[in-house]
Amino acid sequence: MSSQLSIQGVSRVFTSPKGLPTQALTPVDFEVRENDFVTILGPSGCGKSTLLRIVAGLDQPTTGQVLLDGVPVQGPGADRGMVFQSYTLFPWLNVEQNIRFGLRERGMPEHEQKERSDDFIAKVGLRGFEQHFPKQLSGGMQQRTAIARALANDPKILLMDEPFGALDNQTRVLMQELLLGIWESAQKTVLFVTHDIDEAIFMANRVAVFSARPGRIKTELAVDFPHPRHYTIKTSPEFMALKAQLTEEIRAEAMATDTH
Amino acid sequence: MATAHPTSTPSIAVRPRRRALAPLEPVRAQSRWLLGIGFFILFFSAWAFFTLGGYVSPTFLASPVTMVQEAILLFTEFNFSHDIAMTIWRVLAGFILASLVAVPLGIAMGAHKGVEAFLEPFVSFCRYLPASAFIPLLILWAGIGELQKVLVIFIGSVFQIVLMVAVCVGAARRDLVEAAYTLGAAPSGIVKRVLIPGAAPEIAEILRLVLGWAWTYVIVAELIGSSSGIGHMITDSQALLNTGQIIFGIIVIGLIGLVSDFAFKALNRRLFAWSSL
Repeated sequence: MSSQLSIQGVSRVFTSPKGLPTQALTPVDFEVRENDFVTILGPSGCGKSTLLRIVAGLDQPTTGQVLLDGVPVQGPGADRGMVFQSYTLFPWLNVEQNIRFGLRERGMPEHEQKERSDDFIAKVGLRGFEQHFPKQLSGGMQQRTAIARALANDPKILLMDEPFGALDNQTRVLMQELLLGIWESAQKTVLFVTHDIDEAIFMANRVAVFSARPGRIKTELAVDFPHPRHYTIKTSPEFMALKAQLTEEIRAEAMATDTH
Repeated sequence: MATAHPTSTPSIAVRPRRRALAPLEPVRAQSRWLLGIGFFILFFSAWAFFTLGGYVSPTFLASPVTMVQEAILLFTEFNFSHDIAMTIWRVLAGFILASLVAVPLGIAMGAHKGVEAFLEPFVSFCRYLPASAFIPLLILWAGIGELQKVLVIFIGSVFQIVLMVAVCVGAARRDLVEAAYTLGAAPSGIVKRVLIPGAAPEIAEILRLVLGWAWTYVIVAELIGSSSGIGHMITDSQALLNTGQIIFGIIVIGLIGLVSDFAFKALNRRLFAWSSL
């Protein structure tokens, strides 16, 4: 299958206010096929979020380009939905209005908006919370709404920047299962950034390990567990073996970051 | 059994502490009211004590009793309600006019850095021009009619609102703006559906604050060249050394300010329920 998302020689150099350059990303080449679930795994501060932001169009690469279905990415757009680590629901809109934000912006007829938002509210298990404001929701519910908001827009690719990073461990595990369930039932290309090894393996077809800053993709690993996946696979010997391998890789990078 | 010797446990756990003196400790609603009203009572008692007790000459400071008598006289003989109505009308006209000009301008400045760069230095400069110093000029340009009073309030409010609105719109959460972009919002959609609704509660608070300032300008505007209004009454009473009427005028302004502030606060809470959740 041909690739849907093509990252070609993308690098990023940040310039400090004093004019000192910092290389956040060394040129990265990466391909994501349609309906792939790819996790990008790396220590904090390695530039993996920078890469995701460049794909989203929220940041500009210093060199290289990103192609989505062969078309260069120029700026942010509805074809690349994003879920952020911080809670980014609009606090003045309730759950339903948040989910309808993109649809309304697109000028979709009212009844169609309603239909779609109801559908996704059900998918993320938020029935009965349609009229709640973000501040009345737990962190997990807020991120579920954020996922529904991104998916309701029917993007070609879903970009996720450590979306469960601020959640407690139990909620995080449930969210992973929820997201995986949605992905299994409605195919979607997902690019998911995380520093959590379990999370990276559990959901992905493919794990890309990022090196310490300046970031580059160090190794790529296929994850071949069959779908639908059950949380019990996390204790299987195959999972453990993969985890041990990735732990080694990440450890080396984390130590490299630490000594910088 | 664990409950066999309840008294033998050392009493470190449940000793009630003096929470009232702890910093940032909230006060019960009832105590809050009592304390607030308590100061008013204290203030009036002190005033009554010094004036009625004969410690202060009535020429300099009228007693509360004299003030109430003068107040009744003002309403029955001098049509003071008309003065109050005129003053309220002037404040509202000047304030609403200023808001209509300043809020959109402030939003434009907060949203677009180019507009801000263009206008900010000038508005910052104007902000420090004292509105009362414009009165002679405004009399020259607009006469001593209503327009002149309204303009004083307008000048006093408009630049303040512009700058404060610009700052609060410019301080919009960047992550919300980015989220809106990834949902397909166009730049105009960002302004209309992210910046404005996000800043709305704070803009409403800014307007509430500036309305309070507008009240101080109106009195100054009415002190000169005016034939009605609370400020005009105060000037008249000054000529007659009627301190009772002056104090009553000041109290009326304070009361109207208090009521409008309460009303504004209640309205904001209703309109922007989400922001106080």
